[in-house]
Amino acid sequence: MSIVLRAEDISKVFRLGDVGAKTITEDIRAAWHKITKRQNPYIINASANDREVESNNDFVWALKEINFEVKQGEILGLVGKNGAGKSTLLKILSRTTAPTSGNIKIKGKIASLLEVGTGFHPDLSGRDNIYLNGAILGMKKSEIKSKFDAIVEFAGVQRYIDTPVKRYSSGMYVRLAFAVAAHLEPDILIIDEVLAVGDQEFQNKCLGKMKDVSEQGRTVIFVSHNMGAVNDLCSRAILLNQGIIKLDGPTDKVIKTYVQQNMQVNINENYNIDDATTRRGTGEVRFVAIDTFDVSKNNTNEFFQYDNVSFKLKIKIIHPVKELLASIAFRSGKTRDIVTSTSKIKVNTEGISSGDVFTIDIIFPKINLRPGVYETYYWLGSSYADTAFDVVDNLMPPIVIGLHPDTKDIFTSGYFDDNFTFQQNKI
Amino acid sequence: MRVEKSEDWTLVIKPKSNLLDFQLKQLWEYRDLLFLLVRRDIVTVYKQTLLGFFWFILPPILNTLTYFIIFGLIAKVSTDGTNPILFYLTGVISWGYFADCINRTSTTFRTNASIFGKVYFPRIIVPISSVASALVKFAIQIGLLIAVVCYFYFTENNVFPQFKYIWLLPIIIILMAFYGLAIGIIISSLTTKYRDLSNLVPFAVSLLMYATPVIYPSSIIPEKFKWIIQINPLTPLIESFRFIFLGSDQISWWQLIYCFVFTIVLFVIGLVLFNKTEKTFMDTV
Repeated sequence: MSIVLRAEDISKVFRLGDVGAKTITEDIRAAWHKITKRQNPYIINASANDREVESNNDFVWALKEINFEVKQGEILGLVGKNGAGKSTLLKILSRTTAPTSGNIKIKGKIASLLEVGTGFHPDLSGRDNIYLNGAILGMKKSEIKSKFDAIVEFAGVQRYIDTPVKRYSSGMYVRLAFAVAAHLEPDILIIDEVLAVGDQEFQNKCLGKMKDVSEQGRTVIFVSHNMGAVNDLCSRAILLNQGIIKLDGPTDKVIKTYVQQNMQVNINENYNIDDATTRRGTGEVRFVAIDTFDVSKNNTNEFFQYDNVSFKLKIKIIHPVKELLASIAFRSGKTRDIVTSTSKIKVNTEGISSGDVFTIDIIFPKINLRPGVYETYYWLGSSYADTAFDVVDNLMPPIVIGLHPDTKDIFTSGYFDDNFTFQQNKI
Repeated sequence: MRVEKSEDWTLVIKPKSNLLDFQLKQLWEYRDLLFLLVRRDIVTVYKQTLLGFFWFILPPILNTLTYFIIFGLIAKVSTDGTNPILFYLTGVISWGYFADCINRTSTTFRTNASIFGKVYFPRIIVPISSVASALVKFAIQIGLLIAVVCYFYFTENNVFPQFKYIWLLPIIIILMAFYGLAIGIIISSLTTKYRDLSNLVPFAVSLLMYATPVIYPSSIIPEKFKWIIQINPLTPLIESFRFIFLGSDQISWWQLIYCFVFTIVLFVIGLVLFNKTEKTFMDTV
């Protein structure tokens, strides 16, 4: 198949910190170097993009010498940790910012969906907003006109089509916005995973739409750190790490590398408790370490269905508490809903004092999860006023359940297997 | 390996574009967006107001009355024998359009940062649409002006509309639009990184009005200061506008040509700056 997109040596330098009086002297210095035909001194010194390492250098490479090709009809997943350069690459591909060097060659019409409903005006009716949003996304008026009825039907807002969208419920608003985006027909579609927010029905609609798009021979570039969705949708993936391509290959191989890379995450009592998106809680009791082991005590996060999976949670008491409960949950990679959770395990807190460290082992002798990638959720808290002391949500490597080599069952949709009986009667 | 010809690609994303590559073809492809943005601006501005379009004509009427009372009745500034109401009204309306163009376009990047950060389309569409939608307001105000001119023409017979120069009117309006647009996009490009300038703009625009014969005729300016009025490219536009409707002031063809050249040069500078800024402003805004 032919190549529809080729990125050649894409690099991007970002300036960290505030733009202010200091920048003007830097601008002048950079301009002077340009006049005297020397390379910009700030770009030469730019450092690798590692958000956890402090540096005095204000300039970093968000991307460095990125090269890849995309074939027609491919669904390419872009994965990597926060700050790996996924969004920057996305922005360059969607032309909202230019690369510092290198270029990208594209064949066909390209459209990007970094959000739905861009340019919606609250005072305009649904009808007017369909036209406006469609035009912003690059559709011609005649094109929107011919798809108008389909868009309205897809959104299911026939009755409200002449009402200003500010009167819409948030669900209707998002449906209408997505309906317009779903009727775009570009040759290459770039999608950000932030799209996959909203209720489960809507997420499935988004993901289903992406599959449709590629079945029509269009190319999709999907950016995500949702391993489950990438695994489901993409045949090939690229792993970005600190602005460079770490691995480009088949999805399962890339996910494996990504997961191993994340094994290095340190969970300790000093780890950023205020970060609402990752770790939250009141902090009286904290996780110090979390590890998973297979039946022969090997530290791993890859298992087969019905394997023995044991969790070792290392816990530190910062302030003594009256009651301490612990819980583990698995999340579905696709929708991020919790699909299974242990009941809250009561930890004996008699005679504990500040500074005590102990471990809890939670063992699943025969884990009943179908093959897939399951993100994990660890919780410490108490039943008083539903307090959470420490929550580690999607910070640890996900649990990967592989298809057992002995199984012939290739149907892997769903999360659990259950025993059932089967009977056939002729009437 | 297959060797690809360069013309195989429909689009190449590069760090910098050619300075003078304005991508007019692409602009034409997005003409529907231009039309829809103009429509949005017009429809939404006075939505949920009782008086609706009346707000387009109320401000110039009030401004004219204010100038008439302060400059005409109290300060007794000469209007060169022209009916003072009409003199101020023509000044207020034509200046108003120009100022509108600057004010609306000078914040293009900052007010649209959320859209620009998500979707690509030729950014220049947005300031052009602002200038075009301001034109609708201007047209309605010209309607008001024509009504007032008719009233004085038939009751007092002291206005002399120059019908044989009516062809000049669209040219003057286009020049005003492009001059305002040029200044606006230059300011909006410069303010993405350093915001200081944006604090100066409203102040500078109102100062510029006093350096333009809006509320006084250029004839009352002492010779010593005439050059200020003469190098101001806006002077011939306002004066020609007044000449066409009232028959007062005069058309200085040399000044009009000067204004024309000045506007083109400024607009090209503006486009170059704007195109340069649109590539990276998301990193600094």
